[in-house]
Amino acid sequence: MAIEKEEELDGAQALIKTLSELGVEYVFGYSGGAALPIFDALETVESNIKFVLTRHEQGATHMADGYARATGKPGVVLVTSGPGAGNTITGIMTAQMDSVPMIIVSGQQVTWMLGKDAFQEADIFGITIPIVKHNYLVRETNDLPKVAREAFHIATTGRPGPVLIDVPKNVSQSPFTGDLDAEIDLPGYKPEEAMDIDSSSLEAAARLINLAKKPVILAGHGAMIAGAEAELMELANRTESPVTSTLLGKGVFPESHPLSVGMLGMHGTAYANKAICECDLLINVGSRFDDRIIGQADKFCAQAKIIHFEIDNAEVGKMIVPDVAVVGDAKVALTQLLPMIEQADNADWLEHINGYKKKYPLGYKKQGGLRMQQVLDDIYELTDGEAIITTDVGQHQMWAAQFYLNSASFKWISSGGAGTMGFGFPAAIGAQFACPDETVIAVAGDGGFQMTLCEIATAVIHKLPIKILVLNNHYLGMVRQWQELFFDNRESGVDLEGNPDFVKLAEAYGCKGINIKRPADVKKKLQEALDYNEGPILINAECVKTDNVFPMIPAGAALEDMLIEPPKHKMAKPVGST
Amino acid sequence: MSRTITTSDKKPAARADIIGGHTLSMFVNNKPGVLMRICQIFARRAYNIDSLVVSQGRDPQFSRLTLGISGDPAGLPQIILQCDKLIDVIHCYEHTPDDSVVRELALVKIVVEGGEKRTELLQIVEHFGGKTVDLNESSMIIRIEGASDKVDAAIRLMNSYEIIETVRTGKVVMARADQAT
Repeated sequence: MAIEKEEELDGAQALIKTLSELGVEYVFGYSGGAALPIFDALETVESNIKFVLTRHEQGATHMADGYARATGKPGVVLVTSGPGAGNTITGIMTAQMDSVPMIIVSGQQVTWMLGKDAFQEADIFGITIPIVKHNYLVRETNDLPKVAREAFHIATTGRPGPVLIDVPKNVSQSPFTGDLDAEIDLPGYKPEEAMDIDSSSLEAAARLINLAKKPVILAGHGAMIAGAEAELMELANRTESPVTSTLLGKGVFPESHPLSVGMLGMHGTAYANKAICECDLLINVGSRFDDRIIGQADKFCAQAKIIHFEIDNAEVGKMIVPDVAVVGDAKVALTQLLPMIEQADNADWLEHINGYKKKYPLGYKKQGGLRMQQVLDDIYELTDGEAIITTDVGQHQMWAAQFYLNSASFKWISSGGAGTMGFGFPAAIGAQFACPDETVIAVAGDGGFQMTLCEIATAVIHKLPIKILVLNNHYLGMVRQWQELFFDNRESGVDLEGNPDFVKLAEAYGCKGINIKRPADVKKKLQEALDYNEGPILINAECVKTDNVFPMIPAGAALEDMLIEPPKHKMAKPVGST
Repeated sequence: MSRTITTSDKKPAARADIIGGHTLSMFVNNKPGVLMRICQIFARRAYNIDSLVVSQGRDPQFSRLTLGISGDPAGLPQIILQCDKLIDVIHCYEHTPDDSVVRELALVKIVVEGGEKRTELLQIVEHFGGKTVDLNESSMIIRIEGASDKVDAAIRLMNSYEIIETVRTGKVVMARADQAT
């Protein structure tokens, strides 16, 4: 039954009405007592919002995350208080680390019970302060629409991020007598300043760029969020720069382009890291100089000038002090920069880098069993690099980043900063809801997949044609790799004995499942999976157990100390973390 | 090994990686939780808040914070930016004694039994422009206000008497001339 008159609304209905007006299509979540009025409002308020019941609140957050990364629109989560809200922590942290717009609405105990250890009471406002862009504990029913509007504004502007709205049950179920169109009031938040670029910083950047003989462009997630693909391409062509991207920047510059040198950093390509080591100018567009890409900070680009295009002022100089910082939106900044940039002729430099591409190509052994790299290489070929790829975290993620070249933005969805296992599969569900006509492939390891596999039910119910690619080596492979290289191969806590039969498990949920065991079968089986669109399909690929990811820069080491192939002697323990 | 903990007004030995004496001023939304957001930024980066003054602004929608902090000097510019980045922080500035007026107020409760000691103490109070705000047969409370080093000096002199307890407000700061605080 639709509610017509505003005076008949309660707080929950006013909230849902506002979310609908803000354009929310999907809400991912899990019901519970303190959120009952909000769940009821989903039924009583006429809106286009579709609710997706997940099987765990963590799954809901990753689905909202995948939805947001595939569309640029905020993903919305609705959960109850206490454990419901508590289960969202990993997902909120993941979104915060990777600048993903997300709104989390959590039910809460009634206001007069707060602080009294009431049933399912948790101070989720206090708990989430360090992992959100902003959060609210709403104490007045009439504030709900304004808070929702503010939350959307904060989540989606400037550097995006998650915003949590905690709604006590008495606040959501009391009559709403306020203004549904109440204006936002955020005197301490001025994202519009990012559109106003300091012209002297642009001139300084242009001077360095026009003088450079060996420039490299580093493209990050910020360039993608700003929608600066065309400007980046123009800058690359005009400066004749090799372009490397961060893990999250994959696709903002087409990786199949001759100027692309792929991903840099800990498991980046040898030629990207060599280009960084030898360049005379690094043009960073929208990357926060994460520790995975800089290695030993004082040796990073020590001989080069550095320009940092950055929307978040607090990131400037945090890891690397640039010679020139251009603070603001990357698209606006590059648009204003380009008229000052002369056409360069850096043929020698490009030739030099191409030499590295030929000398140190990414590769893998074709013998001795099925390799994850082959599966990823083949699926890249079969999908022409056009699929949306989501990943978990670990060896399979790094190989996917190396072998699945992305040609467009928003098609590579991976937990970078947080490194969250269990992310990939639910993120694929969110991405498939967002993009029903795209091929969505969830690349997971056997470890991470088991952390959120209950969401197979969610995928089956909604008949989402996701390809769940479980690259199964029966190990926590990346940790085992570190133990092999740095801890005398003493395996500790990495053997996943007791793995289920993943195909049977999928079938128990009503999901199709197939096995791949022989390298010769990979293409045929993958094609079979790609052709199946009745619902999700799980592909369990039984892979070599003890393969290692190279190139590799041990954590905290300099980029020049990169291992291109397995070391012949015992390695010192890395000083950096993981 | 047991260790005796004594309260004293002696400053801890200087460490190269610690800077003290930095004063930050923030203008923030006057809402529950704002202080938590700010304190987490300092705690995460191993900064200590040596003094903290919070009070309502002229417009009750906002509050004023003055923080005296110590921590790794290299991290300070980033801390200021992180505080400024909080949605609830309107602005965050660092102030030095050169560009601002810094004041503190201390209350000192001292045992006074003989008339001679009382006279001596009153001379110190007068010298520092302080005031006796409570006086009885056994003790007195002295109020001292001024720049932090003046308050330090006054308390140092009173240390030769039997101090029962001291309470300091922490620094309040205001930028000079047309600069905003």
